[in-house]
Amino acid sequence: MWIAVLTFALIALGAGLALSFASRRLPANADDLVEKVNDLLPQTQCAQCGYPGCRPYAKAVVDGTAAINLCPPGGEATVRRLADLLGRETMPLVERVEPSVAVIDESLCIGCVHCRNACPVDAIVGAAHFMHTVIESECTGCELCVAPCPVDCISMRPLSNARLST
Amino acid sequence: MTAPTYDLGKLHGGLRLPGHKAISTTAPIRDVPIPSQLVLPITQHVGDPAQPVVGMGDRVLKGQVIAEPDGTLGAPVHASSSGKVIAIEPWPVSRRYGDKAPCIIIECDGEDRAIENDSRWEDFLSLQPADLLLRILDGGIVGLGGAVFPTAQKLMQARTCKIETLILNGVECEPYISCDDMLMRERAAEILSGAQILMHAMQLNSCYIAVESDKPEALHSLGDALAELGDERLVLKQVPTIYPSGGEDQLVQLVTNREVPSGGLPTDVGCLVQNVGTAAAVHDWVIKHEPLISRVTTVAGDGIANPMNVRARIGTTIADVVKFTGGYAEQADHLIIGGPMTGKSMSTDRVPLVKATNSILVVLKTSFQGRELACIRCGDCASVCPIQLLPQQLFWYTCADNEVKLREFGLIDCIECGCCDLVCPSHIPLTANFKIAKGRIQELADEKGRAERARRRFEARNDRLEQERQDREAELAQQKESAKRAGPAAIAEILKRKQKPREDD
Repeated sequence: MWIAVLTFALIALGAGLALSFASRRLPANADDLVEKVNDLLPQTQCAQCGYPGCRPYAKAVVDGTAAINLCPPGGEATVRRLADLLGRETMPLVERVEPSVAVIDESLCIGCVHCRNACPVDAIVGAAHFMHTVIESECTGCELCVAPCPVDCISMRPLSNARLST
Repeated sequence: MTAPTYDLGKLHGGLRLPGHKAISTTAPIRDVPIPSQLVLPITQHVGDPAQPVVGMGDRVLKGQVIAEPDGTLGAPVHASSSGKVIAIEPWPVSRRYGDKAPCIIIECDGEDRAIENDSRWEDFLSLQPADLLLRILDGGIVGLGGAVFPTAQKLMQARTCKIETLILNGVECEPYISCDDMLMRERAAEILSGAQILMHAMQLNSCYIAVESDKPEALHSLGDALAELGDERLVLKQVPTIYPSGGEDQLVQLVTNREVPSGGLPTDVGCLVQNVGTAAAVHDWVIKHEPLISRVTTVAGDGIANPMNVRARIGTTIADVVKFTGGYAEQADHLIIGGPMTGKSMSTDRVPLVKATNSILVVLKTSFQGRELACIRCGDCASVCPIQLLPQQLFWYTCADNEVKLREFGLIDCIECGCCDLVCPSHIPLTANFKIAKGRIQELADEKGRAERARRRFEARNDRLEQERQDREAELAQQKESAKRAGPAAIAEILKRKQKPREDD
């Protein structure tokens, strides 16, 4: 009877040790990790990190080819959370940006639809030769619409001021 | 007189605070005259702002709807007197430090002509409960205890749950405030009538009227009115004078000995709580057809020359109300809207009296409380916390900005009563810290929500672009296919046809 008890106790101990080792040391499923990293990113899709969107950057971070401090809209808090999640050293943000929204000067807009096509989250409405406008609540402040505008009628305004003025 | 009953549940912690109520309850409630100008904020309730339905220059009558609810949660705003709309503009209101909010400003003509009710209303007992709720909605009635949740929606929400008891809240536990006390003394019959209407709307057969033991006159007056009414469904309950027993969840616990679950509502334990002032307002609307256009408020504090309770029209500025009572005392320093524990400091007395304003408190220069020192882990805060939180732990987690732990330790359930601040020997402003932390948690959640929405939009856009690309490719492939099927002869023919016009040139 003691042999049986001992055998089971040893099996249980061995299994417990193996499981705890696996959960601590072995890398998690990469796809899950990408998903988790992506969840921490602000989803502005602004490409300021040098990758074409938040998920590609998340993938690069998990692969180890990108640093964790490349996301300006996420701010220091995102760097800290990424460091926590991935067990890496926290580092200073490459560049700081204030949260902002794009505002179209409607007296200058010529209705060229370039900005509308550039917007990653479809936050600009308007048809060809008609005035365009930004849906403020959906704008992520990625600035991708500013460069394509041929008449420079789009400006970025700090989020707090824009919200207060309405 | 019906004797009040005493069998009660227990409330954890709480404090016995000096009441300072006697001085404002010596004289009866006085009516503030119609001011020259009324300032009516379009948001005087929890929910979406009401939408103005009058324009500049419109003449309005007393009781006329000037803003209608927009969205699922809200209440209409009525003109408090007759006059002319002279502006709809941002005006300082009693939110944080007198922030501005859109208000409808009416220049009163002093005639106070009321809008006529063309249809005679039938007795409320003959109305279906659902119709009665709709009628209450039209009265612009909100919870007058201070939370200003639209009463009709609260009732509608409660109708989806299994409710056994209506509890009328006449506890008013915060120091200085005595408007409900005076209301119960002077209008006990109306309050009971309002309770009967609410019970009919909810189809309930039991109602407790809870009054704190430091209001013997109110208890007496309610007891007399109950004896006269002879409705056995209504029971008067006396609760001990402990701050904050007037909180909704705390009162439910005291009266029924049931604990409202974390993040839940009193409806989860079969109770519906309404302020006594709300009940009186329901009576005024359903029986007397007068919407919520005035309320009783306490004007008190050492900075007030003659503390008293007044009935003022919604929209009267605080300056007008204070002037009516006899002005400020000499060393008046600081204006607070609401009570000393949960009220808000104001930077100006131009703010209007709104449905939520239960007290106007003016204090002298605050005496020096002492410098904030390090926490000595005495645990006094935990022993007074009425919801049995651990303010000490919460304080550390707010300092460390640890959102997960703050959630775990129930920050969300903090009712911001301020008991922990008062007992802290190190003078740590705990409640202020908790308010900030709550704001930050909310901000984080909002950010998360925004990110999620942006991601969904981004993915939807990518899917759409991908779909468009595939459609175009399929179309091109089909064209190629049809050209191939037509054979080289047909292609040559087309090319020839194309060349022809060029020869004509």
